[in-house]
Amino acid sequence: MKTIILQTASNYLLPLLLLFSVFILLRGHYLPGGGFVGGLVASIAFVLHAFANGLDKTRTLLRLHPAYFMPAGLAIALLSGLAPMLSALPFMTALWYPTPAPVVGMIGSPLFFDIGVYLVVTGATLTIIFTISETA
Amino acid sequence: MLAAVLSGFVFAFALRFVGRYLRNGNAVWATALPLGLFVYFASLLPQVGRGEAVTEVWEWAPSFGVALAFRADGLALLFALIITGIGTLIYWYTSNYLKDHPSVDRFFAYLSIFMGAMLGMVLSDDLIALFLFWELTSISSFFLIGFKNEEAASRRAALTALTVTGLGGLLLLAAAVLIGQAAGGEYSLQTIREGGLDLTAHPWYGIILFFVFGAAFTKSAQFPFHFWLPGAMKAPSPVSAYLHSATMVKAGVYLLLRLSPLLGGHDYWHIPLTIVGAFTMVYAGVNLLFRTDLKSILAYSTVAALGVLVMLIGVGTAEAMLAALVFVPAHALYKAPLFLITGILDHSAGSRDVTRLAGLRHVMWPVALAGGLAALSNAGFPLSFGFVGKDLIYEATLHSGSWAYWLTGAAVLTGVTLFYGGFIAGVKPFMGVLPESFKAAHLPPGALWIPPLLAAAAGIFFGLFPGLAGHALIAPALEGLMPGANAHLAVWHGFNTVLLLSGITLAAGAALYYFFKPSSGKEAFVERLEGISPKGIAERISKAAMALFGAFTHTLQNGFLRYYILMILSFTIALIGYGLYTGGPVNVDLSRMTELVGYEIALLGIMLISVLFTVFTQSRLAAVAAMGVTGYALCLLFVFYSAPDLAMTQFTIDTLTVILFVLVLYRLPRYLPISSPGSRLRDGAVALAFGGMITALALAVLNEPMTPEVSAFYAENAYTMAKGKNIVNVILVDFRGADTLVEISVLTIAAIGVYSLLKLKPTND
Amino acid sequence: MEVVLALMTGVLYAAGIFLILRRSFVKLIIGLILLGNGANLLIFLLGRITKGKPPIIPGELKTLADAYADPVPQALILTAIVISFGLQSFAIILMKQAYRILQTDDLDEIRVSEKEEI
Repeated sequence: MKTIILQTASNYLLPLLLLFSVFILLRGHYLPGGGFVGGLVASIAFVLHAFANGLDKTRTLLRLHPAYFMPAGLAIALLSGLAPMLSALPFMTALWYPTPAPVVGMIGSPLFFDIGVYLVVTGATLTIIFTISETA
Repeated sequence: MLAAVLSGFVFAFALRFVGRYLRNGNAVWATALPLGLFVYFASLLPQVGRGEAVTEVWEWAPSFGVALAFRADGLALLFALIITGIGTLIYWYTSNYLKDHPSVDRFFAYLSIFMGAMLGMVLSDDLIALFLFWELTSISSFFLIGFKNEEAASRRAALTALTVTGLGGLLLLAAAVLIGQAAGGEYSLQTIREGGLDLTAHPWYGIILFFVFGAAFTKSAQFPFHFWLPGAMKAPSPVSAYLHSATMVKAGVYLLLRLSPLLGGHDYWHIPLTIVGAFTMVYAGVNLLFRTDLKSILAYSTVAALGVLVMLIGVGTAEAMLAALVFVPAHALYKAPLFLITGILDHSAGSRDVTRLAGLRHVMWPVALAGGLAALSNAGFPLSFGFVGKDLIYEATLHSGSWAYWLTGAAVLTGVTLFYGGFIAGVKPFMGVLPESFKAAHLPPGALWIPPLLAAAAGIFFGLFPGLAGHALIAPALEGLMPGANAHLAVWHGFNTVLLLSGITLAAGAALYYFFKPSSGKEAFVERLEGISPKGIAERISKAAMALFGAFTHTLQNGFLRYYILMILSFTIALIGYGLYTGGPVNVDLSRMTELVGYEIALLGIMLISVLFTVFTQSRLAAVAAMGVTGYALCLLFVFYSAPDLAMTQFTIDTLTVILFVLVLYRLPRYLPISSPGSRLRDGAVALAFGGMITALALAVLNEPMTPEVSAFYAENAYTMAKGKNIVNVILVDFRGADTLVEISVLTIAAIGVYSLLKLKPTND
Repeated sequence: MEVVLALMTGVLYAAGIFLILRRSFVKLIIGLILLGNGANLLIFLLGRITKGKPPIIPGELKTLADAYADPVPQALILTAIVISFGLQSFAIILMKQAYRILQTDDLDEIRVSEKEEI
C-alpha cells in the first residue's frame, strides 16, 4: 500500500491526528472524549502512518517501543490515585488546582488519571498491532 | 486454652520451615509439645475437680453467631488428658519409629494438626466450632492414613476413611445447625443446657437424632460403617495406636456423651444406641477370631470396644455412664501399647502374621512385658484397670432393665473375644520357641519399647488404685453428665454375680486362647463372605456410582467446546424460558416507546443484512467486512441515541478490529464445509431460540418502570463534586476510577499476552 | 423503536451464537465479536434510549436539568468495548498461533491433539 498520495497524506495526517487525540483527551471532562477515545485515535494515527510508510519508519519515529507506554500510563494513573493519600485522604480522592487553565479547564488528579488511560490504551493497541504486523 | 489448641497448628506450620532439623534425628524434641500440653491440662484438674469448668470465649464470626468458645469441664478434660498423654507416648515412639523416613517432619506436622483438632473438638463449647474441628480430625487423619502415599492400598484406605468420616461430618453439620435453630439460634452447648430446653419434645427431635447418630456411627466405626477402620490399618503403627484406638475413633463416643444430657432420656435415643452398639461389639468380636494379621485383629477388637461404649451410652443409667467413662481411658491405656508393640514386631521381626510370630520374649523381654501387662488389662484380670472397667460394664448391663440378660450375654461374649484378641496380640508372639528366622531380631531402642511399657504399666497402676483415677478424672466428668451420681471406684466389690461373670469371661477366654488357633484357612473362610459384608456392599455402591458419574461426566465433558456451549445455552434457555412462560405474556406498551423514524429503519436494515451476510457468506474477507459494517451501524445508533462517547469508541475500535483481522486472515485457511446440514439446523434452532429469548427478556424489562436513582446521583454531582460536565467521562475517571484502573491493567495484560504469544518461542519447538 | 431494537439484539445474539457453534476458529471469533455487539446493544437498550440528549451538562449549568440519556450504561459499554478489543486481539493471535503449529483451524482436530498429550 505504499502509494505516494497516502504517504504524503499520512505525513501531514499524523501530527494532525495526534493533536486531535490530545485535544479529545483534554476536553474529555467537559465534552465527549477522554482517555479511551483519545488513545484510540492516537493509535489509529500511528497505524495509518505505518501502513503508508512501513513499520520501520513508524518505529524510528516513535523511538520507544509502544509497550513502554503501558507501564508508564499505569504508573501515572496509579500515582494520581495515590497522590491524595499523601494528604491523608482516601485512595483516588480527586484533587483540583483552584484556578482553571485555558482550553483544558480545571486541572486535577482525574486529568492525570485520564492521561494514564490514554497512554495505556495507545500502548496496548500499538503493541498488539505492531507485533502482529511484524510476525504476519 | 486457645493457645493450647492452636499450638498444634502453629507447630505444624513452623515445621514447614524448620522441618529439616527434625529430619536430622532431633525428632524426639517434638515430644515436648504434647508433654507440655499434658502438664497444662493436668494443672487444670484441681479447679475442674471442684466442679468449676474453665472457660474461654473468643469472638470469631459474630455475624453467624459462631464463637471460639472453649470450655474445659470434666468430660473435656478427661479426653484432653488422654489425647495429650497418649500423644506424648506416640510422639516419642514415632521419633524413633520413623527416624530414617525422608519426610518425618511432614508426619509430625499432620500429627500435630490432628492433635490440635482433637483438642479443639473436645474443648469446643460452640457447636459449629465443634463441627469444624471434627472435620479437621477427618482431614488430618486422611493424610496420616495415607502417609505411605506411594502405596496404592494406602491411598485407597485413606480415601475410604475420608469418605465415610466425611459423610459423618456433613451429618454433624446438619445436626449442629438443627440443634442451634431448635434452641433459637444459640450454638453454645452450655447455654442451651442451662436454658433447660427440652429437645426431646421438639418436632425435629427424630431428625436431629438421625444426623447425630450418623455422625457418631461413622466416626466411631459402628456397624455398618465399621469397615473403614480395619482398612485404615494401612497407616503406620503409631497412627493406628493414636487415631484408631485411643483418640479419633472415640470422637463419636465423645459426641454421644456430650449430647446425652441434651438429647437423652427418650426411647428414640436409648434403643438405637443400645442395639447398634451391642450388635457391633458381637459382630466385631466374632470377626476378630478369624484374622491372622495382628493389626487386623486389634482393629476389630477396637471396633468391638467402641460397640461396648455405644451400647453403654445407649443404656444410659448412671452405672452405664460411669462404666463408659472408665472404659474410655482403660481401653486407651491397653490398646495403644498393643498397637505400638505390633509396630515393633513389624519393624524388627518383619512380620505381623500371628501364625508365624513366636518366642520373641527371648530377644526382647521388655516388649514382652509391656505386651503381657496390656493383655492382662485388656482381658480384665483382677488388679488391672481393665478389670475395673469390665466389672462396671457387667454391672451396668445387669441393671439395664428388660434387656438385662441379652445385653449381659452379649457383653460376656464380647469380653471373651476381647480376651482372646488381646492375648493373641500381646502374649502369643512372645511365647514358645524362637523360630530360626527370627534369630536376627533384637531389642529395639528404648524410645520404642518404653512408651508402650509406660502405658501398659499405667493400666495396671490405675487398676491397683482405681480410687485415684475415679476421684480426679472420672468423678468430675460423671458429675457433668449425671449430676449427683456416685463415681466411687473400687477393686473389690465382694462375691456377687458380677464377679462370677468376670470369672466366666476369664475362664472362657483362656480356653478359647488355648484351643482356638488362628490360621490362614479361617481367614480365607471369612474372606469369601466379603461380598455380602457392609464393606463389599459399600464398595460395589461406590463403584456403580463412579461408573454412573463417570459416564455422566464423559457425556457432558466430551472435549468439544461447542457441545459445552450448547449444553449451557440449552439449560439457560429452558430456565429463563420457563421463567418468562410462568411470568405470563409480555405486554408491550407502545405508547411509552420512542417513534420509528425512516433513517433508523434504513440503518437497522443495513445492520440486519450485514449480520446475515456475516453468518452465511463463504468468503472470510467478506465476513470480516460485513462484521465491520455491523459495528459501524451500531456506532451510528449510538450517535442517534445520545451517546457520543460510545460512538467514538465503537468507531475506532471497530476500525482496529477489522485491521487486525485483515492482518491475520490471509495466513489462515479457507472456510471448509465441515459441518453437516443436521448440525447446522440444530445449532440454528438453538441460536434462534436464544436470540428470541433475549428479545423477550429485553421487552419484559423495558416494560418495567425504570428507577434511575444511580444515574440521578451522577447527574447531580458530576459538576458539583467532580468538576466535570461529561458525565460518562466523570464516571470513568473519577467516580469509578478504581474500576478503570483495573480495566487498563487488564488491557495491558492482554497486550502482553499477545506480545508473548507471538514473540516468545517455546524452547523445545 | 425499542421493539425493533430488541429484535435486533436478538438477531445479533442468534448470529453470534450460531457462529460460535461452528467448527471453524475464525467463525468462532467473529461470532464472539457479534455477541459482544449484541450484549452492548442490550445494555444500552435496557438503560432506556433517549434521543438527542447526551449526558453532558450544557453551558453554564451545574446539573442536568431535564431528561437526558442514562450515563451509567454508557460508561459500562465504553469499558466493555475497549476490554473486548483486548480479548478479541488475544483470541485472534491465539488462533493464528494454533494454526501455525497445528495447521488446522478445525476445533475438533485441535481437540484431538490435546487428547493425545493427556
